[in-house]
Amino acid sequence: MSEGHSTYTPKTGLGRWFDARMPLPRLVYDSFVAYPVPRNLNYAWTFGGILSIMLAAQILTGIVLAMHYAADSTLAFDSVEKIMRDVNSGWLLRYLHSNGASFFFVAVYIHIFRGLYYGSYKAPRELLWILGCIIYLLMMATGFMGYVLPWGQMSFWGATVITGFFSAIPLVGDWIQQLLLGGFAVDNPTLNRFFSLHYLLPFMIAGVVVLHVWALHVVGQSNPTGIEVKSKTDTVAFTPYATIKDAFGMIVFLFVFAYFVFYLPNFLGHPDNYIVADPLKTPAHIVPEWYFLPFYAILRAITFNIGPINSKLGGVLAMFGSIAMLFLVPWLDTSKVRSAVYRPWYKLVFWLFVADAVLLGWLGSQPAEGSYVFMAQMATLVYFAFFLVALPVLGLIETPRRLPNSITEAVLEKNKGGGGGHPAGATAAPETKG
Amino acid sequence: MTPKSGDRFSDEIMLETTTARQRISRGFGMKKILTSLALLGLVLTGTGAATTGAIAQEEAHNEAAPTHFPIHEPKEMDWSFAGPFGTYDKAQLQRGLKVYKEVCAACHSMKLVAFRTLEDLGYSEAQVKALAAEYTINDGPNDAGDMFDRPGIPSDHFPAPFPNEQAAAAANGGAAPPDMSLLAKARGVERGFPRFVFDIFTQYAQGGPDYIHSLLTGYDEEPPAGMEIPEGTSYNPYFIAGVSLKMPNPLSDDQVTYDDGSPQTVDQYSRDVSAFLMWAAEPHLEDRKKTGFRVLVFLSLFGALVYLTKRKVWAGVAH
Amino acid sequence: MSATDIQDPNRRDFLYVATGMAAVVGAGAVAWPFIDQMRPDASTLALASIEVDVSSLEPGMSLVVKWRGKPVVVRNRTEKEMKDGEAVNLAQLKDPLARNANLPADAPATDANRTMPGKEAWMVMVQVCTHLGCIPLGQEGEFGGWFCPCHGSVYDTAGRVRGGPAPENMSVPVFQFISDTKIRIG
Repeated sequence: MSEGHSTYTPKTGLGRWFDARMPLPRLVYDSFVAYPVPRNLNYAWTFGGILSIMLAAQILTGIVLAMHYAADSTLAFDSVEKIMRDVNSGWLLRYLHSNGASFFFVAVYIHIFRGLYYGSYKAPRELLWILGCIIYLLMMATGFMGYVLPWGQMSFWGATVITGFFSAIPLVGDWIQQLLLGGFAVDNPTLNRFFSLHYLLPFMIAGVVVLHVWALHVVGQSNPTGIEVKSKTDTVAFTPYATIKDAFGMIVFLFVFAYFVFYLPNFLGHPDNYIVADPLKTPAHIVPEWYFLPFYAILRAITFNIGPINSKLGGVLAMFGSIAMLFLVPWLDTSKVRSAVYRPWYKLVFWLFVADAVLLGWLGSQPAEGSYVFMAQMATLVYFAFFLVALPVLGLIETPRRLPNSITEAVLEKNKGGGGGHPAGATAAPETKG
Repeated sequence: MTPKSGDRFSDEIMLETTTARQRISRGFGMKKILTSLALLGLVLTGTGAATTGAIAQEEAHNEAAPTHFPIHEPKEMDWSFAGPFGTYDKAQLQRGLKVYKEVCAACHSMKLVAFRTLEDLGYSEAQVKALAAEYTINDGPNDAGDMFDRPGIPSDHFPAPFPNEQAAAAANGGAAPPDMSLLAKARGVERGFPRFVFDIFTQYAQGGPDYIHSLLTGYDEEPPAGMEIPEGTSYNPYFIAGVSLKMPNPLSDDQVTYDDGSPQTVDQYSRDVSAFLMWAAEPHLEDRKKTGFRVLVFLSLFGALVYLTKRKVWAGVAH
Repeated sequence: MSATDIQDPNRRDFLYVATGMAAVVGAGAVAWPFIDQMRPDASTLALASIEVDVSSLEPGMSLVVKWRGKPVVVRNRTEKEMKDGEAVNLAQLKDPLARNANLPADAPATDANRTMPGKEAWMVMVQVCTHLGCIPLGQEGEFGGWFCPCHGSVYDTAGRVRGGPAPENMSVPVFQFISDTKIRIG
């Protein structure tokens, strides 16, 4: 990760001995201590760190849950209940893990929206962005398979519906579905392979996270102004500046997380998942976990055939297409300015997009009937229009605000403005801090 | 870091900027984000309220043929275990257990609950042993290879009233009575927007007991004129999956004798058994809330310390 | 924070130390559930005591039952075995303690202390070698008691270790005769 300008100097003999043989301390020092970060990062930039601890927490709680869980369709449900009732601190570990998945997604959505708002995906950070999208895909696969493991009604029928996507593929669809399920319906073989993969994928996520951080440290962090770092005054050292700020962000995040774990542990779940899976009885209406709801709404919005594509395949294509859009963002956005701060129209469109995504999520939780279907279709249209129309067109027609010359200049201007015309001091006004 | 490369955009723009610089927008300030979120909330509330209103109107027109269930929402009760400092009322749980044993247990199993855990209800070890011994447990095989019956011991779970689900369904008009171990968490009526948002702040997590209580007290109501009630079922406007259910009204006043002077009414029985089922579904609730309070206090203090440290570290750096 | 705070080194140090200590306390508290979950769970701890029907055991016969996942041997000892057990000089024993859960921890390892008063013929014992947990073979070895094939530990007719690497006598679990023909273990 260093580019030959490491400032690490081992102080002890042992340090020098180690450094000459395997410069791991040097790597850590260069990546997490001396590494320069823009001085103007706000709290939206703490979510990378938050995601790291959420991943670590999920892996840790997952490993201990696997010590008690039985991946067998006749035992799975009861083994989870044994964890909840008999295993020491079992209820805590299980609620941490199930809510942890949700909060992992809360954090990743904020992280993604932050990237969209500040144009963090633009050159030279396209690869960084795509690695992030891959992590997101792996997270979705992991979250989905994890939800199947308690073997409740929603587990079972969620798995049935989602593996059903693949049956929409012409010619080979049924074959692929059977390959995934290991049978003709969700059953014990499905549960076993999902458990295996649910255990494997987080480690693959961790691997891609390493690549993501590597790519980040090559190109450096973006920042709220979107202007590249130009001089030393634009940056501060990662430690202590970014670490302490990240730590505070993490604690605030963990506070909200803990609030749900201890007071509303089932708020983000579904009551039907406390009923053991029954292959002969479908719940009244199947809803996926909340973090899939926008995509679920898009899936259900396609109720009509488009030429040779029937509505089933069309829905699946629209859903996968909606995720594929994220991968294309670096090339869809034609703007020369990165940050929405200097793009008045993009800023507006961005918040509309956020509202649209939330609306899609809500629609995904509602039954697909009556006016909901039409609303979902409109919201889906807006979703795709953001990527395919707004991003390319706005970049060409929008007049951006004037950019400051450098990060340092932006910071000084900001503090001057915040101070109400008084000369810029070292301390900013409290409400603009952070 | 390579500050030289990859900076084409800002360089280009920079050339265009003049010396007469205007005040730079600070759109990334916290205030703007909050304002935007508030606006977003307003927009969503608007659409949400508009659609729910429209759907409510759609539904209202035919009382005798409702399409959405339950017909009435569950009544929200005061539960001792609600809120951040909620605890179970042990006397109530004991009464609820009595109702379960004398009424519900005839048809409903509760197979995840072990007798030993009844000590949570305030019983002594000896009382739990005696209570377990009231039940007959089928065990085995013995040395001769036969199954045999023996009195229950604390490590046993509540035995099921029927040997299997098919037998349960056959004896109950085709619908197997659900296991009650998790019933209080496995039932819940959709709260809808925007109420589910408020629930986060009020910590409403009593949808299960509210539902069970409403259902048990909801048999008295008469179906609207013209409504068809299928043969062998009972009308109950609180039932989540239809106009009526197979379970007939299970409770009547004075059916179960209370030793502690509590009123022997259907309403009281329903409250007690709902609270008991909440305990059965979530036996570690008190522990959870107590631990949660400690965790939040710790995080607040730790957060304050880290915030002060952060301010010190950043004190000399404009950002 | 005003500028004077920054210049006060004691206050700054205090803040850093307090924050660091809070972090350590937090990490410790987080670690506990992960360790706690490894302990035997409530259902394991509550594991039933078992009742064994011993009416079919003539002197010189034994049976083995599983209790808490381990074999417990119930042996109706012969006259000779009992005499052999009583004849042992306590000073010869490798482990002088009775290891009987029904008696105080410091009870000496007499033959009587290894059994129940009035039921001296009956040896009830967790048949697990105290060396590394193998299951010794009954009525084998130099003393006609038990012999562990894994590493050669030898026990006498009262289950006391007499040779080999095992450090302790085999343990006697909590048990009682609930009738002349029934034993409750645990």
